[in-house]
Amino acid sequence: MEKKDYKKLVDKYKAKETRIQNAIIAFLTGGLVGALAEFLIQVYSYFLDISTSDASVFMIVTLIFVASLFTALGFFDKWVNFARCGLIIPITGFAHSMMSAGMEYKREGLIYGIGSNIFKLAGSVILYGVVSAWFFGTIRYLLFGGV
Amino acid sequence: MTFNFNNVYVNNTATVVGPYEKEGPLANKFDKAYDDLYNGEKSWEKAEARLLEESVDILLKKSKKKKEEIDLVIAGDLLNQISSSCYGLEKFKIPCLGIYSACTTSTEGILLAATLIDDERIKNAIVSVSSHNMASEKQFRNPTEYGAPKPKTATFTSTGGASILLQSTKSKVKVESATIGKICNMDQTDPNNMGAAMAVAAADTIFTHLKDTKRNIEYYDLIITGDLGLYGKEILVEYMKSEYGLDIASRYNDSGVMLYNTERQKEVLAGGSGPACSPLVNYSYTIPLLEKGTLKRILIVATGALFSPTMVYQKEPILSISHAVSLESVK
Repeated sequence: MEKKDYKKLVDKYKAKETRIQNAIIAFLTGGLVGALAEFLIQVYSYFLDISTSDASVFMIVTLIFVASLFTALGFFDKWVNFARCGLIIPITGFAHSMMSAGMEYKREGLIYGIGSNIFKLAGSVILYGVVSAWFFGTIRYLLFGGV
Repeated sequence: MTFNFNNVYVNNTATVVGPYEKEGPLANKFDKAYDDLYNGEKSWEKAEARLLEESVDILLKKSKKKKEEIDLVIAGDLLNQISSSCYGLEKFKIPCLGIYSACTTSTEGILLAATLIDDERIKNAIVSVSSHNMASEKQFRNPTEYGAPKPKTATFTSTGGASILLQSTKSKVKVESATIGKICNMDQTDPNNMGAAMAVAAADTIFTHLKDTKRNIEYYDLIITGDLGLYGKEILVEYMKSEYGLDIASRYNDSGVMLYNTERQKEVLAGGSGPACSPLVNYSYTIPLLEKGTLKRILIVATGALFSPTMVYQKEPILSISHAVSLESVK
C-alpha cells in the first residue's frame, strides 16, 4: 500500500472530535474568567480607592495566584482538560504552565530542575510575546509617533 | 526472520500495576495493584523502577527460585537510558542485558531469551519490562500537572511492571516460535495517533510470521497486538484485508483495549500503551488461559512506536516496529 493510501485509511478511522462543543465551552469559560476579572477590577478600584489601571494589576496578580494555587492543589489540570482554551488563553494558563513545570521538575533540584525547566512551556510565550511587542511597538511608533 | 524453539517453556509470570489498571476489567488478575501512582516513592521515575523490581521479586517468589538460580535477566522500558530497568534490577545482581524497542520490548526480550535457552547457553532467563503513565508524560509530553487536552486517538501509557521466567524444563506453556519485525514507516507524524503509526508494523510482522511458518489465521486461537488502541485496531483489520487479503477480525484483539474499560474509563481515550501494556494483559490473562488449556495457541504481536520527540520536531515521521512470539498450550 502506498503511503498516501495509508493516510486515507488512517483518516477514515480517525475519531470525530467534538470541536464545536469544545469551542462553546472554551468561549463560555473564557468569558467567565473575563467577567470575573472585570468584577475584580471594579471591586478593587471601589474598595481600595485606586485607579482602574492599578486595579487591573491587582486583578492579574489575583488570577495568577489563584491559578497557581489550584495547580498546586492538583485539580487545575482537570479544569484545563475540560475548559481547554477557556483557561489556557487567559493569564491563568500562563501561571498554570509555569507552576506545573515547576512542580514537575522540583525533584531534580533548584538549578537543573526548577531553574532550567520552569519556562519549558511558558518560554515560547515570553519570547514571542516580547518579539511581537517590539514589532507592533515599532509599527505604532512609525505610524503615530509613539503617542 | 522467524525462529522455531524446541525446548523453551514459561515457568511463571508476575504483574504489578497502578490505579488505572486496577479499575480495569483485569483488576483481580494482577499479582499486585497500587492505589497511588507514586507507590510509596518520591518521583515518577523511582516509582516505575520500583514496579519493575517488585515484579521480579514476586516472580522469584511465585516460581520458588532464588536469584542465584537465574542465569540472565533481559529488561527494557521507555525512559531515557532505560533507567527504570537499570535501577529496578540493581539489587538482584543477576547477569543483565538492557534492550529498547519501545512498546514491543517484551516480545524482543522473550525472543532473545528463548534463543539463548534453545541454544542451551543458559537454562533460564527473566524478561522484565515496565512503564509509568506519569513518567512517560513527563519525558515525552508536558508536565503532568499541565493536563493538556488530547484528541480521542491518543493512547494512555499503562503503569506497571511485568516479568516472565522462561526455562528449558517442560511446563504447561511452550514458547513455540518468534518473528523479528522490521522498522516500518508510513509517514505518520501525529504523536497523538500512535496506533496509526504502529498498525503497519503489526500487519507486516503477522503476515511475515504466517508466511514463514506456512500457517493460516485459523491456526491461532488469538492474535493479540500490543497497544494499537481502538482506532489502530480498526486500521490493522482493514489494512490486513486490503494489503494481504487476510481477515483477522474474528481472532484478533488488542492489549491496549483489553487492559482498560474504554467505555467507562474515559481518561484512557483510545486505550493503553507502553512496554508494560502487552505483557500485563498476556501474563495476567492469556498465559493462564493457555495453562488451563482454554486457549491452545496464541500469537503475541507487541507493537512499538519508535517515537522520538526530537526527530518529530525535526519533521521526521514516527517509525514503528513489532516483534511476534507464538505461545502454545502443552498437554
